[in-house]
Amino acid sequence: MSGIRKSFSGVPALSDAELSIGRGEVHALVGQNGAGKSTMIKILTGAYTKGAGKIEFEGKPIEFASPQEAQRGGISPIYQEINLIPFRSVAENIFLGREYRRNGLLDWRRMNGEAVELLRRFSVEVDVRRPLMDFSTAIQQMVAIARAVSFRARLVIMDEPTSSLDEREVAVLFDVIRQLKREGVSVIFISHRLDELYAVCDRVTVMRDGRTVTTSAMADVNKLQLVAAMLGRDLAAVRERSTGFGGPSGHAGEELLDAKGLQIGRRVRNANVTVRAGQIVGLAGLLGSGRTEIARAIFGADPPDAGTIRLMGKPASPREPSEAITLGVGFCTEDRKIEGIVPEMSVRENLTLALLPRLTRGGVIDEARQREIVDRFIKRLGIKTSGPEQRIRELSGGNQQKVLLARWLCMDPKLLILDEPTRGIDVGAKAEIQSLIKELADQGLGVLMISSELEEIIEGADRVFVLSDGRTVADLARDQVNEPRVMAAMAHGDDVAEPTSVATDA
Amino acid sequence: MSDTRIAHGESPLDRLFALLGRHRVLVALALLLLFGALRYDNFLGLFNILTVLRYNSMFALTALGMCFVIMTGGIDLSVGTTAALASVVSAILSPMGMIPGTLGGLGVGLAVGVINGFMVTKLRILPFIATLAGMLMASGTALLLANNETVSVSYESGFTGLGQGDFLAIPAPAWIALAAYIYGSVLLNFTAFGRHVLAVGGNEEAARLMGLPANRVKFLVYVQSSVFASLAGVILASQFGAGQPAEGVGWELFSIAAVVVGGTLLTGGVGSVATTLAGVLLLGLIFNVLNFENGMGWISLSAYWQSVVRGVFLMVVVMAGPGTGKGLRRLAMGTKATVGPDGDEP
Amino acid sequence: MLEAVKSYAASPQMQGLSKFLRKYATSVALVLLLIFNFAVTPHFATMQTLNVNLTQVATIVIVAVGMTLVIATGGIDLSVGSLMAISGALAPLIFLSHFGKTNLALGVALAFVVPVVVAGLFGLFNGWFITRFRVQPIVGTLILFIAGRGIGQVLTNGNLQPFKNPSFQVIGLSRPFGIPVQVIIMVILVVVAAWMLRRTLFGRQILAVGGNEKAARLSGIPVAWVKRGVYAISGLCAGVAGLVVVAINSSSDANLVGLGMELDAIAAVAVGGTLLSGGQATIVGSLLGALIIQLLRYTMLANGVPDAAALVVKGAIIAIAVWMQRRNVAT
Repeated sequence: MSGIRKSFSGVPALSDAELSIGRGEVHALVGQNGAGKSTMIKILTGAYTKGAGKIEFEGKPIEFASPQEAQRGGISPIYQEINLIPFRSVAENIFLGREYRRNGLLDWRRMNGEAVELLRRFSVEVDVRRPLMDFSTAIQQMVAIARAVSFRARLVIMDEPTSSLDEREVAVLFDVIRQLKREGVSVIFISHRLDELYAVCDRVTVMRDGRTVTTSAMADVNKLQLVAAMLGRDLAAVRERSTGFGGPSGHAGEELLDAKGLQIGRRVRNANVTVRAGQIVGLAGLLGSGRTEIARAIFGADPPDAGTIRLMGKPASPREPSEAITLGVGFCTEDRKIEGIVPEMSVRENLTLALLPRLTRGGVIDEARQREIVDRFIKRLGIKTSGPEQRIRELSGGNQQKVLLARWLCMDPKLLILDEPTRGIDVGAKAEIQSLIKELADQGLGVLMISSELEEIIEGADRVFVLSDGRTVADLARDQVNEPRVMAAMAHGDDVAEPTSVATDA
Repeated sequence: MSDTRIAHGESPLDRLFALLGRHRVLVALALLLLFGALRYDNFLGLFNILTVLRYNSMFALTALGMCFVIMTGGIDLSVGTTAALASVVSAILSPMGMIPGTLGGLGVGLAVGVINGFMVTKLRILPFIATLAGMLMASGTALLLANNETVSVSYESGFTGLGQGDFLAIPAPAWIALAAYIYGSVLLNFTAFGRHVLAVGGNEEAARLMGLPANRVKFLVYVQSSVFASLAGVILASQFGAGQPAEGVGWELFSIAAVVVGGTLLTGGVGSVATTLAGVLLLGLIFNVLNFENGMGWISLSAYWQSVVRGVFLMVVVMAGPGTGKGLRRLAMGTKATVGPDGDEP
Repeated sequence: MLEAVKSYAASPQMQGLSKFLRKYATSVALVLLLIFNFAVTPHFATMQTLNVNLTQVATIVIVAVGMTLVIATGGIDLSVGSLMAISGALAPLIFLSHFGKTNLALGVALAFVVPVVVAGLFGLFNGWFITRFRVQPIVGTLILFIAGRGIGQVLTNGNLQPFKNPSFQVIGLSRPFGIPVQVIIMVILVVVAAWMLRRTLFGRQILAVGGNEKAARLSGIPVAWVKRGVYAISGLCAGVAGLVVVAINSSSDANLVGLGMELDAIAAVAVGGTLLSGGQATIVGSLLGALIIQLLRYTMLANGVPDAAALVVKGAIIAIAVWMQRRNVAT
């Protein structure tokens, strides 16, 4: 693929992206969210059409108009959600759409037999008549791969294949990938787990901001360099202050949050985080490191499997968000479309959604007070809207985010958890929000900020916890927070047996 | 490498429950039959069995059609009134003989099914609403054609043989239903179409991505459902000697209940023709058992208890969740039933 | 020529007009129907016609109010007809019982209160069942649909209970200020429910739950409580409707009371503009929807079209209305 351009509604998602893969090569594709990886893949597999550029496959130019065409052409994607039918049997999933028949009726014996053969090639032995959902995600992925192979795929694209696998299963997956390699099938491997890339990939392409940044052999680049390329950081340079944070605040008040040993599902294995009043605590880590899960656990949205949480100095185990809210916690979620906005409701209603109980007297909403608060926050955050009654789904993403932020700010919380608060917001608004957060922290608010933008973490946080693969691998105090340190922690994660330092709060 | 999630620490008790869970309808049916046989004379007698079979054949047909629709994740509320419409049309055509009468009725089913299918696939109307509209239109048409009265069937043309006749001492309707179920079972398990039905219901998005013609599949199940319903309607007219435009009320919900009790999920993707039949028999037998109970004179439970019992059955089935042994075991041991989004259960 | 028409159709004025039409589709349809009737149907513009239509529509609207709230949360309630049967069965049982005959006033009072409360409790059961077992509302309320009518039949042994109890039948037959009482009840319910939906905490929570359940929960809204609440209200409405129906008929037949009511109510809600997916609801719309369906029926009846044909048209209208709704949302 070369010179690929693609825009969505006038916003360029890809400009001059490139990707080239040899036969029988396992190629890593890395980049942060929004870097353009998935857009590239969707173009390659026919889900999107490219805006400009050339794609050549096996020496011939191609242009797939649909996923089915791409599949028939030999390119098979395996998405994270494993697009198979869970209730159906393994064999069925492999052959769905191309069933074998005998005398007009389905030839189960042949299909089952071939399915067993196929899976055996990957050293997988299962009862192919059982429903797919009976098996672990690892096996399901194998089945997806088997299906791709049975379609005679020459290029298999794996999107975050290891996110739900344990170590043993990952090893098996790698064996399968090596087997594919031996058979001449190429693989594009997308993952955030850098260690894995080194274990199985031959070359790597890094994308950032819609462009291909570097392409090289795996052996020629180390983890730190990869992270640097992904984030656009020059290792040695010290940046000018470019956020609205303008330096740390410094005062730390009473303990607002203290979570230890959190274990949540498969993603979070042993995480700690502490926040004090007046502090901005950053939670850094690559995608998939478990940050959002931790936030949800603290907020009572998905209680943890193990670990202790203390809120406002007392032990707490919120089972529902309302419990955390009562204790003075607020949570601005990462995905505003799915979990943030109520699309048909107005700006006013969305803004005061969590505040409503406090605006009610005898069950009736005090609309005057509501309007007053809404006006105040619209002004304060500079929310661009034709009026408080406008439906929120008509606002731009950035303005929607501001409304959601205001939803929590108007609650006057003690602890505010922000998950990617400035994602999708233009530069000017970003700075505004950042300085607002700073201001609030100075007034005593405790903030737990999850962010993938290093600048924000570096400049805004008084203390930084770095997460890698579900574990807290670094706990950095103000004076230790700098780019190289944080990136090293993110990159080397598991290599570090203990946190690089234990910060104390003065 | 072989591994399944259920591999760890599975006790014999676990396995028993799993087996029972998967075949719970059959178990319940067997228990009910046992109960009836022990308690009442003549329960397993020929007369009773034949009566039950003859009467429930119609519901068996509508439930079969409904089963396929539900497996795609949809629903068909029009089966009852389509049967009524078909009964009227076939009664009107009955003087011409059994074949024309039957074909006329089936033709009606075809028409209704096409309309339903069109609304669901092309107009993208929710199946509930689309078939609700279909139901009303069928009902209205039936009343119109019949002039709000029942339409007597002609006895001279042999039309009534369909509903009232016997073949090898077993009622003809039962044979028809049996044939339909064999056809349905083969269709589901041995044809690509049947597997596609389940795939579309299980994960429509994935099915499309896999290249399956989801819209065509959905369209066809609605057509099939209405055709089966119309067959039931023809049998109705033939059995009772008259086309009844106002009949069919509640048939759709009986069919849905039979399908659900049988273990097919309303969300689609999982189902079996055999268990639907078991569901029909189960619900039908409850009525039968209650009749016997009344006959014994020990308790006087009116026939109205049947609805209550059916409702309770449905409730228990729903509470137990999908046909895994876990749900049943939880029920038996009284622990909380939780089904997380990815089915991750302790 | 075609080009000119096309470009006119796309012009701002036409766009504005079509947008206006879509938004007020139900009201426009109603007005058109009324105009048609004024012009064509004999004796249309009389109080009697008005009364007849309003009376017939009142019970449907009473039930539709509760149904609208349930649908607003993204759910549905199939049990309303059966709950009506239970409520309609209980009332005569109370005031015809020995207790009722000896304490006339108390008997009648209880005959008003108990059936409605019982129906409300059944509704609460629906809500509890659906939230506790995370079951689809169609299935959850199906249970009472099947079992509820049976309960009513069991209570009365399927018998018709004819009665003559003027103080009870006030709820069906009286006419304060010349307006049928059920119409007054209907109007009160519509006004109260519409107000509640707009101005109270509970009302906004209902819409938030239907609009985005995840966001609602994360904002501290007690989703399970809200859901249980709306099903309970739906049950209460069904209870009231059941009383009205038996009062009008001077008899209670558990086999017939409320038969098909759930579909009529859902149809009214759908035609009225409330989205079946939840998050947006208009109680007044449900009123208009019911009126449109009723008026259509009446129009055809009064103009000699057989009732059965009206049924066909009803079905078609529902399909069209919902289809238009979807297109409206898409734009």
